[in-house]
Amino acid sequence: MELTLWTYEGPPHVGAMRIATSMEGVHYVLHAPQGDTYADLLFTMIERRGLRPPVTYTTFQARDLGGDTAELVQRSIRQAVERFQPEALLVGESCTAELIQDQPGALAAGMNLGVPMVNLELPAYSKKENWGAAETFYQLVRTLLKPQLPAPGTPKPSPSRWREEGRRPRVNLLGPSLLGFRCRDDVLEITRLLAEHGIDVAVVAPLGARPADLERIPTADANVCLYPEVAGPVCSWLERSFGTSVVRTVPIGIGATATFLRELHGVLDLELPADLQTVEGQPSEAERRSRLPWYSRSVDSTYLTGKRVFIFADATHAIAAARIASRELGFQVVGLGSYSREQAREVRAAAAELGLEALITDDYLVVEKAMGEAAAELVLGTQMERHSAKRLGLPCAVISAPLHVQDVPARYSPQMGWEGANVIFDSWVHPLMMGLEEHLIGMFRHDFEFVDGHRSHLGDGAPTAAGTGEPEAAAAPVAAPVPAPGTTTAADAVREALESLWTADGEAELAKIPFFVRGKVRKNTEAFARERGLARIDAEALYDAKAHFSR
Amino acid sequence: MGVSAPPIQPSPPDILKESGQREVFCGLTSIVWLHRRMPDAFFLVVGSRTCAHLIQSAAGVMIFAEPRFGTAILGERDLAGLADANEELDRLVKDLLERRPEIRTLFLVGSCPSEVIKLDLAKAAERLNTQLLGRVRVLNYSGSGIETTFTQGEDNALLAMLPLLPSSDEEQLLIVGTLADAVEDRFRLIFERLGITTVRSLPPRRSTDLPPVGKGTRVLLAQPFLSATARALQHRGATLLSAPYPFGVEGSRDWMAAAAHAFGVPTDRFNAVLDPLVERGRRALEPHREVLAGKRLFLLPDSQMEIPLARFLSRECGMELVEVGTPYLDRQLMAADLALLPPDTQLSEGQDVDLQLERVRAARPDLVLCGLGLANPLEAEGIATKWSIELVFSPIHGCDQAGELAELFARPLRRRALLQLS
Repeated sequence: MELTLWTYEGPPHVGAMRIATSMEGVHYVLHAPQGDTYADLLFTMIERRGLRPPVTYTTFQARDLGGDTAELVQRSIRQAVERFQPEALLVGESCTAELIQDQPGALAAGMNLGVPMVNLELPAYSKKENWGAAETFYQLVRTLLKPQLPAPGTPKPSPSRWREEGRRPRVNLLGPSLLGFRCRDDVLEITRLLAEHGIDVAVVAPLGARPADLERIPTADANVCLYPEVAGPVCSWLERSFGTSVVRTVPIGIGATATFLRELHGVLDLELPADLQTVEGQPSEAERRSRLPWYSRSVDSTYLTGKRVFIFADATHAIAAARIASRELGFQVVGLGSYSREQAREVRAAAAELGLEALITDDYLVVEKAMGEAAAELVLGTQMERHSAKRLGLPCAVISAPLHVQDVPARYSPQMGWEGANVIFDSWVHPLMMGLEEHLIGMFRHDFEFVDGHRSHLGDGAPTAAGTGEPEAAAAPVAAPVPAPGTTTAADAVREALESLWTADGEAELAKIPFFVRGKVRKNTEAFARERGLARIDAEALYDAKAHFSR
Repeated sequence: MGVSAPPIQPSPPDILKESGQREVFCGLTSIVWLHRRMPDAFFLVVGSRTCAHLIQSAAGVMIFAEPRFGTAILGERDLAGLADANEELDRLVKDLLERRPEIRTLFLVGSCPSEVIKLDLAKAAERLNTQLLGRVRVLNYSGSGIETTFTQGEDNALLAMLPLLPSSDEEQLLIVGTLADAVEDRFRLIFERLGITTVRSLPPRRSTDLPPVGKGTRVLLAQPFLSATARALQHRGATLLSAPYPFGVEGSRDWMAAAAHAFGVPTDRFNAVLDPLVERGRRALEPHREVLAGKRLFLLPDSQMEIPLARFLSRECGMELVEVGTPYLDRQLMAADLALLPPDTQLSEGQDVDLQLERVRAARPDLVLCGLGLANPLEAEGIATKWSIELVFSPIHGCDQAGELAELFARPLRRRALLQLS
């Protein structure tokens, strides 16, 4: 039993709904009680879908439990097939139905429905949404491709068979789904990118695909695993069973997009264009196609140097963000984590590369605590981290599911490819103060017009108390732990004890430090005082600490 | 001479009864407003990840630093052995209360999975009450979807509080059902003007300020979904006042009239207090009535408020009722509102959502009241909708809110008239 106040991922059957709703011609019969239909609003409200999810809920009640719920399942299946005439049927159960063991999949198998049927067994008490999506996608593809399975010992198809067949090479884009972060635009961006390199897209799935499209998957020369959370298992299975190569680099960011293109050219045995070869002094495709490289080098971006960034997201976006932040924007990554336990190993490896230990958790309060302790200056996270960051007074950009209606913007805003890199530059940098602006605030902060802590571009208005004490809570993570009332009495006592250490001249000196680093300086100085056993923190102690930490 | 109670002439129209797929939340969702009503209470659902996901999706809980509700998510180990599940629950409650020392009442809320595995939350509450004696009171009720629909969760929660209510035969008016604080204050003020001085509420604003109940208690239901609570209060000696629910000017006036009648308020005094409110309420309604009059309305079942709302929208806003759906029909609790519906109103109880949507499409109403899962799909078909969930979160009770309530229904139609997109 685990106390959950909020969860990053829904139950696994919601993952199955994501697959069914992403596709056309698929229907999902879900053995579930009243109330489980709430999941429909994820699609109709967050994604603003104009169609109901293709899901039939059996809606069993307590009084049915004594009777024949199996008959209810069969009736629901029969009616759904008649009404919706699906090209493929998914049959499964939600958490409660799993307990009553009606085995709806087995019942459906005995019904002679005349459509391909997938019996989904998604353990609701041990697995979560992304696992459910991946498993459903894999089971559906496997069921539909069964008749095409090559005999054991069949040689692997050559990824360059396109050449012999006298056509352009083609790949599948696997993984994009509803409720995935910016999938709609990523598909468009990657399709364009591939077209520029003479590569066609055979099948995009699950988003927008029909069962018949899934049957065309083996016609591609390679599979692109765009979202490992959803397409990882299916790509591995296709590689094992059909010998189809998989391109696993996720093209988010400049480096990753270039690597992706090189990997793709290698797999397809295509000649690498000159501007994808790393030749000194030669403009790269990235420079030509994206603004991020130059924007990042331009002088205004100097202020980005070493900005402390805390990252928490699904594995794909967390790993990509860490790479972009550290290599392409010159930030310092001070925290990296994910709620995707299935990809924990990859996240741990990415963190280790940055000298960090990855935070793998699904407890948002643990994430918020880590965010505060890391003394971050920018947070890249999910909508929940946006709220946590707001409480800590930190700027934040959202980089990952779970989605909010805001994460399905009207405008084109991919994360992948060259345009994705542009979108990322804007959306990560805008929450921060721009370089020249930061410089000017530092210069004029003693002017009477200047209200400490006010960041005009964030529209958060002036802090209520215009003095020097109050705005700190907004700017300094360590000073604003925002606990639930009465939770941290011991910590409060420590806090008070530390605050009483400060002398008037120490406080005065601290107030001269720009508010956006003041919290960090205060925390460091207090740590220094504690370590040295200082009885008072005066201006000298502050400068001693500053020298100590600048080593 | 007292005010006469509104006439009740039951004239049951034919009811369409359906069972099939229901596009309705389960009782857990009531937690979303109950926890706001009682800021010293915590609602702990004992259930699955689905329960947790349902509540956060329905409530948009990310706005809270640490919400006063959560889910004890059952894992495979809990399913394997119930003894362990009980120990786990005790441990989890202990941790929770250590973190949240301000909590005075803890509700253990049963869910579909906890009911199916027969986890005895009543026994758990008893055990925890012994352990936590004097610090926190632990209650339990079921909000499971196999037993409750959306608003029945509140009915069960209040029912769980009833045994704690002290007995007293003191004369009092007891308003039962969660109201917005501002609306409640307003009602109390009006009752005071009428000379009804002892007015109490269930649920109270503080979970420990429980009202007494007994022979002198007159119960006025503020919400139409409290069948079990109303009956249990009657067993404790209280008298249930029959009235339409306080939606719209007429409903609110009749609702107050029922109380005035029970407390022997003189007619002239009642009129002197209410007439200006009625007059003002009608004025506030007028601009919305212009938009709504003659428009055809289809109400899908959701919160049990459908019948009283249909009564308000037809009688005071001039809307034509195509079909009035309700998750279940409690004739006694709905008697006054049913009597005021146009005699030929098509009622439906329960739901088979696909069949009901076929009727919606065939009827092409001007406006459909429905849940969030159906609203955008209907809009995409060109049918205007009003989200029903807003009605349980917004202050809509009383003469003073009649204009706002009508506006909620007029807004989608006004918006359609405003947009010029082609």
